[in-house]
Amino acid sequence: MTTAPASPAMLVLEDGRTFAGRSYGAVGQTLGEAVFSTGMTGYQETLTDPSYHRQVVVMTAPHIGNTGVNDEDPESRRIWVAGYVVRDPARRHSNWRASRGLGVELADQGVVGISGVDTRALTRHLRERGAMRVGIFSGDALAAPDVLLERVRTAPQMAGADLSAEVATAEPYTVPAVGEKKYTVAAIDLGIKGMTPQRMAERGIEVHVLPATTTLEQIYALAPDGVFFSNGPGDPATADHPVALMRGVLERSTPLFGICFGNQILGRALGFGTFKLKYGHRGINQPVKDRATGKVEVTAHNHGFAVDAPLDRVSDTPFGRAEVSHVCLNDDVVEGLRLLDRPAFSVQYHPEAAAGPHDAAYLFDRFVSLMEDQRA
Amino acid sequence: MPKRTDIQSVLVIGSGPIVIGQAAEFDYSGTQACRVLKAEGLRVILVNSNPATIMTDPEIADATYVEPITPEFVEKIIAKERPDALLPTLGGQTALNTAISLFESGVLERHGVELIGADVEAIRKGEDRQLFKEVVEAVNGRIGHGESARSVICHSMDEVLAGVDALGGYPVVVRPSFTMGGAGSGFAHDEEDLRRIAGQGLALSPTTEVLLEESILGWKEYELELMRDKHDNVVVVCSIENFDPMGVHTGDSITVAPAMTLTDREYQVLRDIGIEVIREVGVDTGGCNIQFAVDPEDGRVVVIEMNPRVSRSSALASKATGFPIAKIAAKLAIGYTLDEIPNDITEKTPASFEPSLDYVVVKVPRFAFEKFPGADPTLTTTMKSVGEAMAFGRNFTEAFNKALRSLEQKGSQFDFSRATRGADECEALLRAAAVPTDGRVHTVMRAIRAGATQEQVFAATRIDPWFIDQLFLIHEVATEIADADRLEPELLRHAKRHGFSDAQIAEMRGLREDVVREVRHALDIRPVYKTVDTCAAEFAARTPYFYSSYEEETEVSPREKPAVIILGSGPNRIGQGIEFDYSCVHASFALSEAGYETVMVNCNPETVSTDYDTSDRLYFEPLTLEDVLEIVHAETLAGPVAGVVVQLGGQTPLGLAQALKDNGVPIVGTPPEAIHAAEDRGAFGRVLADAGLPAPKYGTAFSYPEARAIAAGIGYPVMVRPSYVLGGRGMQIVYDEEALAAYLEQHAGLVADHPVLIDRFLDDAIEIDVDALYDGEELYLGGVMEHIEEAGIHSGDSACALPPMTLGGHDIKRLRASTEAIARGVGVRGLINIQFAMAGDILYVLEANPRASRTVPFTSKATAVPLAKAAARISLGATVAELRAEGMLPAVGDGGTLPLDAPISVKEAVMPWSRFRDTHGRGVDTVLGPEMRSTGEVMGIDAVFGTAYAKSQAAAYGALPTKGRAFVSVANRDKRAMIFPARTLREHGFELLATSGTAEVLRRNGVEVTSVRKHNEGEGPNGEPTIVQLIHAGQVDLIVNTPYGTGGRLDGYDIRTAAVSRGVPCLTTVQALSAAVQGIDALARDEVGVRSLQEHAQHLDTARSQS
Repeated sequence: MTTAPASPAMLVLEDGRTFAGRSYGAVGQTLGEAVFSTGMTGYQETLTDPSYHRQVVVMTAPHIGNTGVNDEDPESRRIWVAGYVVRDPARRHSNWRASRGLGVELADQGVVGISGVDTRALTRHLRERGAMRVGIFSGDALAAPDVLLERVRTAPQMAGADLSAEVATAEPYTVPAVGEKKYTVAAIDLGIKGMTPQRMAERGIEVHVLPATTTLEQIYALAPDGVFFSNGPGDPATADHPVALMRGVLERSTPLFGICFGNQILGRALGFGTFKLKYGHRGINQPVKDRATGKVEVTAHNHGFAVDAPLDRVSDTPFGRAEVSHVCLNDDVVEGLRLLDRPAFSVQYHPEAAAGPHDAAYLFDRFVSLMEDQRA
Repeated sequence: MPKRTDIQSVLVIGSGPIVIGQAAEFDYSGTQACRVLKAEGLRVILVNSNPATIMTDPEIADATYVEPITPEFVEKIIAKERPDALLPTLGGQTALNTAISLFESGVLERHGVELIGADVEAIRKGEDRQLFKEVVEAVNGRIGHGESARSVICHSMDEVLAGVDALGGYPVVVRPSFTMGGAGSGFAHDEEDLRRIAGQGLALSPTTEVLLEESILGWKEYELELMRDKHDNVVVVCSIENFDPMGVHTGDSITVAPAMTLTDREYQVLRDIGIEVIREVGVDTGGCNIQFAVDPEDGRVVVIEMNPRVSRSSALASKATGFPIAKIAAKLAIGYTLDEIPNDITEKTPASFEPSLDYVVVKVPRFAFEKFPGADPTLTTTMKSVGEAMAFGRNFTEAFNKALRSLEQKGSQFDFSRATRGADECEALLRAAAVPTDGRVHTVMRAIRAGATQEQVFAATRIDPWFIDQLFLIHEVATEIADADRLEPELLRHAKRHGFSDAQIAEMRGLREDVVREVRHALDIRPVYKTVDTCAAEFAARTPYFYSSYEEETEVSPREKPAVIILGSGPNRIGQGIEFDYSCVHASFALSEAGYETVMVNCNPETVSTDYDTSDRLYFEPLTLEDVLEIVHAETLAGPVAGVVVQLGGQTPLGLAQALKDNGVPIVGTPPEAIHAAEDRGAFGRVLADAGLPAPKYGTAFSYPEARAIAAGIGYPVMVRPSYVLGGRGMQIVYDEEALAAYLEQHAGLVADHPVLIDRFLDDAIEIDVDALYDGEELYLGGVMEHIEEAGIHSGDSACALPPMTLGGHDIKRLRASTEAIARGVGVRGLINIQFAMAGDILYVLEANPRASRTVPFTSKATAVPLAKAAARISLGATVAELRAEGMLPAVGDGGTLPLDAPISVKEAVMPWSRFRDTHGRGVDTVLGPEMRSTGEVMGIDAVFGTAYAKSQAAAYGALPTKGRAFVSVANRDKRAMIFPARTLREHGFELLATSGTAEVLRRNGVEVTSVRKHNEGEGPNGEPTIVQLIHAGQVDLIVNTPYGTGGRLDGYDIRTAAVSRGVPCLTTVQALSAAVQGIDALARDEVGVRSLQEHAQHLDTARSQS
């Protein structure tokens, strides 16, 4: 092992700011939207979260890879991030569950990364200027700065991107209930994380994970007790099919639960707008208040867009009255919606919490109660 | 929900004197809490016996009682003040134990005082091992994670012996219940170990209870800091990982934040357990610390313990994250919820979140084994470190190397300069590294240099492989630096990014440190300063709390006002503790008020100075020349710099003064040349000669014949010491030629390189300490302290009284004149401390320190005058006259002209004897000497000396007895002086015990006394116990034992160590006996009341204005 710098690498932001570093993972070129994540643990879950599709993730925690890579913690079948920016990658990993190192894993999956950059300076830049396009270049992909900048500026924008279909399962599959099966749920995969069906399965739910292109007929062919809309990448403004699908579910008053992208789709289905946050919420320390109980939960977030709904009143929607059920205490962003006249709710954050705290796991219980009430 | 409206006044209990395991962190926490409560409009009543704290400053609370923290005294305060509530969670174990005792005795109920912050049931569940085990079981039942180490509770030695079998044999851990800092706990590898450790543990535990536990040695160790509010909102403020695996007390471990080697799943398991534990224990409004052990083989989690209060770790976590745990705990206690409290750093987001760190924090402990020769330096579950340093970096290596140099000890940085000797040495080093000791990490590094593999290091130490790899990384960088043909810019930058100091690089390259620095500056390789912001830059930070790193972008913003940079005192150590932090904090307050922008530099996480609230800007950085120069540079770029204050942080900043000046840094106050004039013996001798002041004779010897001649010329007894040490190390009083020869033989190795200093020892002299301010024109005598022990005992270990009990107006006049002459001769601008000895009628000058002394806070409190604030102002040009006019100093008079009815304050030192054992497990000797060994101090204040002394004893060691059995055994030279006080004890109804010699003297003088057998005589033919056995049996209430000559005879040693282990008051000088008798007198008359510092000050003010 050597401490000599690996191959030189360059990070270029669309506004022209550059950071020099060393290659990490695969050598080559990658383009995407630069976002930062403040989680201090859980890099494996982050990397494999489909919501990060087409994003270059900057880790604010300086040491990444210390616990290596294992086979249990991925949230999906592959790494989704478009690129990875870290300060100090582990030279050696240490964990009883680890089977390989992160650098090797990134290289094997062709993920271009960069290390040794002032990630705090980069994060502050993104905080002040907002999320923007970025490129990482190493090896043969390195070129003159203006050439690199041009490549970054011609990459596609995140706003207006319809990405669910790119990450969702092509074929339906079933996650069996743990123990006795009590309910059937149709889960629309818009980029679902592996922990979500597992959290439902632990509660006696048989989860049918369905492709993003699923039709209403296909859903009801399963005679579900509830329908779930998952998280996923991209701009909710483009998600016309899932919105239409959800309206169909709402009309039938089937218990409905949405997470993250699913929350934005509920927002749109109810007639609210969505908008892109300046630099989003990505981390596992966000305080969210449940406005029904007044309790604060520390939650895992990964969203660049949010729902534009009034905080101060109940709204009338085509599906009856709706209210903002959860709010982020840092910036008053809408973190959850609830229908008062139909069994439907959603949250903008991640109660399945992989990675992240388990404070919001009760939301799966709420979903179960909705299905229970519907039966009664 | 806003704060409760039913609480108008609250009593806060502090933690008392600084002892090992309970140190300055409670001043930091307590000060924060008191300020918050006061800001919320509550009347804050504080009790704390420690005068060296900021929290006992009169402006921090509304009524400040510097009184003993015992249930008796606290009850008196409650009866007088009638507080609505008592907040016991901020003063460590001392406060918690006192509160429980007041609850159990019904005092709280009788006076209608509500316990807030934690209720008694929660405290018990957290502290009682059996109850806590049940808590962990309940948690496991709910979430399926977490268990206790298998264990048994024992109340007797028989139960202990049976318990080992139940656990499946040795080794086992012994943990006494309800002791602080893990006192009395340890590993027993066999029955002999077990009998010793458990025996002491049973004695130390107030409930005579110890826990035996299965060994989880070598597991990974973690801590979480949690907070919970009344709505059951819980946040984890910080995770901490111990570099040293299980087996070393966390206070003695190198610790790292955040945890470095946990996956999210594993971390969330700890978090889930933590949250369920705080709920189950029932801490409703406040914080707690939970410790975990994780089996590195399979991740099995054992919950070790929890503290339902703020702690050393919570102070560390607060500094490491920017989340002020104590401050928020105080707000929660009076009814706020986490989401109602703003995050100080961002000002925009609430406190109901979990900090995210984009840096690494490393804390390293500082030990003082060299002060206790014979003490076993093996680290165990009993905490032994006396201080700590913390450092930030953008990676582990940077933080770790910075932390090591923050320790300021010779050899504290990794040494890559010495050649290694290969395989044999490697094996020996690995063997040595298997036992955790002070400096183990250096042994590991030497083993790596000698060729050890990562696997070998892990096998020997069980340190996590990731950390081991980081040590290898440091070694690889060092090798690159050493082997490179040239020090290329990239390599230099690489080295700095891994935390190497200029001094280390210089050593490896055979260059001078300043040359490396010049090269570095020429290449523009300088650190930038990043902000500790709680949120990894997600939100903008409003609080300038900085650390350095070799990165791209700095966050220091420009400013308009002139800055004053105050250098703190670094890690606490014996001889340089919280007192110096006190002075630095005061300087910051005073200079901020005077219109300066204050910039604090320090690396001690326990202190008030490193609270980001204290100064306008905080740099959490090592106090080395390199680090300070870089800060001065950064601040010079930011705006005007008025200067650097070096005279308040003790020897640490003082030692940097000349070099800073040489580098063009403006030093304010006493100039470096003046510091030299006071510290250099020759120069100081000239100052004294010019002023016509006598100093005791002294000489310097390079050999025994020289030493013998000098000693003969001076006359015995003489004080001898190696010339190169500070703080009294290796100092000894030698009574004759034979002992002198023995001393030189013993220190032969040192004498070869360094001369021995031989001073006249003033036997029977009264030692006097003076603190004074000098502005170049006028002297303000801050206070005159008369030592209770005679000269020859280090002033830091000696009890003293202010105003002096036996000095008259004429003496004070002489002291004033001498002090002024020295202050002028040296060239002081600010504070000076001078030690005098009065022998016969001659006033000798022993030494002068042109800086804030250890006694400044004591003097300030005893005379109600803020000396450190005044010194800071004088440093920046104010005069005594101006400060008198402003009201900071009294309009007329000074500390030498206190009114006759001014209260008397007694300072008493607190010794850490019970912490140390030799390798045979026996206690270390407790005799006071010229080498300072106390860790802290208390103050007793009252109208008369006896009562004040009794209070100081109660505060330091537990109350003096007013009846019972007193054992007296004194050296021949003390026998005459002992007769009168012994007779008084008898008159108070004490039964006197004495060994044959002392008994004979007493009987001849008509004092009734019972003879007892000496320890070396053994048990009598009819089973008559020896004095040591009697002490162990708890049949002696007071011990008077003065050492015979130097070193002490075996008998005295055993008596004194027995006294320590049984907690019996033990007086080792005749002067202390006389004072104690006056104290017992006062106690017996039951005249002891309580009075706040504010009341004392008002009394003094009135008296001053009338005089």
